[in-house]
Amino acid sequence: MKGVEKTVLKYIFKRLLFIVPTLLGGILIVFSIMNLTPGDPGRQILGMNAKQEQVDQLNHELGYDKPFFTRFGEYCIDLSHGDLGTSYRTRRPFTEELVSRIPNTLKIGLSAFVLSSIIGISLGILAAVRQYSLVDTFSSVTAILFASIPGFFLGMILIYVFGLKLGWLPTFGASSFKHFVMPVATLTVATSVSLLRLTRSTMLDAIRQDYIRTATAKGCSKNRIYWKHALKNAILPVITVMGMSAGTVMGGTVIIESVFAIPGMGTYMLTAIRAKDIPVVMSSTVLLSLAFCLIMILVDILCAIIDPRIRERSIG
Amino acid sequence: MKEIEKTEYIKSKSKGERFFENWSLYKKNKAAVLGLIILMIFVLVAVFADWIIPYDAAIDQSSAERLQNPSSQHFFGTDRLGRDVFARIVHGSRRSLSLGVLTTFFSVLIGGFIGICCGYFGGKFDTIVMRLCDVAVSIPPLLFALAVVAALGANMTNLIIAITAISIPGYIRVVRSVILSIVEQEYIYAARMCGSRNGVIMFRHILPNAMGPILVQASMNVASMMLAAAGLSFIGMGVQAPTPEWGAMLNDAKDYMFKQPYLLIFPGSAIALSALSLNLVGDGLRDALDPRLRT
Repeated sequence: MKGVEKTVLKYIFKRLLFIVPTLLGGILIVFSIMNLTPGDPGRQILGMNAKQEQVDQLNHELGYDKPFFTRFGEYCIDLSHGDLGTSYRTRRPFTEELVSRIPNTLKIGLSAFVLSSIIGISLGILAAVRQYSLVDTFSSVTAILFASIPGFFLGMILIYVFGLKLGWLPTFGASSFKHFVMPVATLTVATSVSLLRLTRSTMLDAIRQDYIRTATAKGCSKNRIYWKHALKNAILPVITVMGMSAGTVMGGTVIIESVFAIPGMGTYMLTAIRAKDIPVVMSSTVLLSLAFCLIMILVDILCAIIDPRIRERSIG
Repeated sequence: MKEIEKTEYIKSKSKGERFFENWSLYKKNKAAVLGLIILMIFVLVAVFADWIIPYDAAIDQSSAERLQNPSSQHFFGTDRLGRDVFARIVHGSRRSLSLGVLTTFFSVLIGGFIGICCGYFGGKFDTIVMRLCDVAVSIPPLLFALAVVAALGANMTNLIIAITAISIPGYIRVVRSVILSIVEQEYIYAARMCGSRNGVIMFRHILPNAMGPILVQASMNVASMMLAAAGLSFIGMGVQAPTPEWGAMLNDAKDYMFKQPYLLIFPGSAIALSALSLNLVGDGLRDALDPRLRT
């Protein structure tokens, strides 16, 4: 038993170690994209009419006049010390903005993720267990409808109906619980749809297997078959998709925050990208990618815990 | 000589038969047929946009006619600059549909080619590409697309590049896994033993057999690619004014939606309806083409 734990820990450690090159690769890609194109932050900040000397001066202050790889190296070294850089535009440290903005994003993202997992998976199981029933038809139709309505349009409809016409909920900002109802609802709907469809199809696949027939034949109760035999086999792809939907939620918050004008990481990143505020873009990328990598590792570990076949292949 | 003609005749007939078999399977799915009809209407509108209403109506500004409600003159009303919303939606269909189709086409082409090479050759090349895919996938897709558009400049071409770039890794993985299952088949060994060149095996023997799953994956993705493009245009990182595009039109509607809700409803419905038709067609194709689901 102790040996097994040791290999699992070794596996986790190996995966965690692999994050470093992955992140470095990601940083290099985004850093190159942001840098190898015309336009410099000095010009962006001072505007088109500023004198070239002033622009050069500002670029020098920001350290933008150094060669590409020097800046890349310096950024990586700072990063390894936990220094996430300072914004070119506002001259405020990234961490300061992060602390004030990330709670809003986390509130929206986490609640949407939890809610959509609950709704998507339970409806998906229900639809598969009662295939062709009213629940199944209803959830399938709703799913394909909402898969076609983009989040920003849904959000605007909600703003129009509940914010402007009925006046129940505030339409922008993030100062109270009420402010988060519509953004979370929008993001939840958009994310739960894919989970629902996938849970349904994998659960259907699982139900059609021979071992389910065997279980039925030997007289297992329906509940036991569904919850014990089928779900255990259907849950693996669902966990994988939950991991990916965490990524969707991250991307979704950018657009949702801009629809509801919420001061979160999404809107911060968006302004930073527009203004070529490289340190902010980089550090946001690093944080998001890191979160995403960790979630994916968690998914793999969960899958390995649930399925001994995967455990054998990836760890063994 | 006659023999050859005969076999060719049989081959072409079986192809036609296969098409009709697939079509009759597809036809059974009423929702998929409805989706196809809606999609055809959108395609016709996009193709004949200039005959329906001249492009000038979509970009001509007139302060006298700004923010007018729908009427017989302007079916869908006018926007804040007095442009005809109906004309903008009709001409916007060209951008939105081609964004979905072109990005899918290019990512299938590029991702498919790399995926085939990975699956067929394996080895170091495969390992390197897969590690690169891991890196690319670890960057949240929307952020990656935003960075590409921000760096290259916001316009339609760069939007296509950005959306294609974020979807290529996914296609590489799908195609690679499909190819891996085919490479082990006996007829590939047979072809190899006959001394066929790699190119011939890859594109004549493997590709036709991998086409089904790849097409299914692609058709399921067109709608989400279109929605992603509309989303980027919506936050101002895509097609730029005055070019009519549905996502950008929605963004324009933001400040006027209380008094002029039609500014929100028409472009939004256009996006949703076209995405719905694409999703229905994708689902129908999957059900008709995927042999695993055929029971």
